[in-house]
Amino acid sequence: MADVFEQVKQIVIDRLDVDESKVTLEASFKEDLDADSLDVVELVMELEDQFDMEISDEDAEKIATVGDAVNYINSKQ
Amino acid sequence: MLSGKAALVTGASRGIGREIALELARNGVNVAVNYSGSKEKAEAVAEEIRALGQESIVIQANVAEEESVKDMVKQTIEAFGSLDILVNNAGITRDNLLMRMKEEDFDAVIQTNLKGVFLCTKAVTRQMMKQKAGRIINVASIVGVSGNPGQANYVAAKAGVIGLTKTAAKELAARNVLVNAVAPGFITTDMTDEMTDEQKQAMQSMIPLGKPGKPEDVSRVVRFLASEDSNYITGQTIHIDGGMVM
Repeated sequence: MADVFEQVKQIVIDRLDVDESKVTLEASFKEDLDADSLDVVELVMELEDQFDMEISDEDAEKIATVGDAVNYINSKQ
Repeated sequence: MLSGKAALVTGASRGIGREIALELARNGVNVAVNYSGSKEKAEAVAEEIRALGQESIVIQANVAEEESVKDMVKQTIEAFGSLDILVNNAGITRDNLLMRMKEEDFDAVIQTNLKGVFLCTKAVTRQMMKQKAGRIINVASIVGVSGNPGQANYVAAKAGVIGLTKTAAKELAARNVLVNAVAPGFITTDMTDEMTDEQKQAMQSMIPLGKPGKPEDVSRVVRFLASEDSNYITGQTIHIDGGMVM
């Protein structure tokens, strides 16, 4: 769990250019991390690459927070 | 200038699409030739591309079917390693006056000419966003701007393509994916050969340059829109019509 979180965190920091301290499990991409819809789409694509998985459009729409992403990845691994 | 780029051209077995595929190949682009029904013609285009020293593959796909479209895009990326240029050219006509136009003729044209552009654009977006570079060029039509009797379905689809072009341009601009349309006027192809002499004459009398265009007149503008010469142009519809609609 911690490991996935660390990886997701690093991707989020790189992609959204945000401060590490803001990237918590509760942080919402759009509300807390200033991401727009396209940022989130791109972030999901990056997660797919890094974790070598496919995230369907329906599932991607449910990923709103950093924790959602971590849980999703854990559930698929 | 376009050397080593990879393109997918839909409806490339004949007419304007064929000429676009060849023009890109002449400028160093590897081209996937999509066709719907004319397999032999598509193979012939691919052969011509290979004779120009570029790679080419032929893909049968109905652009109105999402699964076929996804598969077509996947095949193109697998073959060339990237996808830099998408030319949405596939189109059909089912002309008739509004009063006589059947619902299925309206639907068929919207499916191929408008929904097809949506599906192909959607399918390449992921790749182009990842590359942070890409060009999407939609072949609309001047009648999508002006209207044309007997073509309610075709005109509605082409006007839709122009709107879709603008929206895609706005959504993808931040990722350096440029989306533009060309709007050919009266260009001599198989499709215009089906027009009656009356229709042809009426059209020609409205062209300030006084003559129909050739597929090359369109393909050269598409090549420009695919190249770095057009780096600061997106969301535009370029009329290639001898001045017919200004």
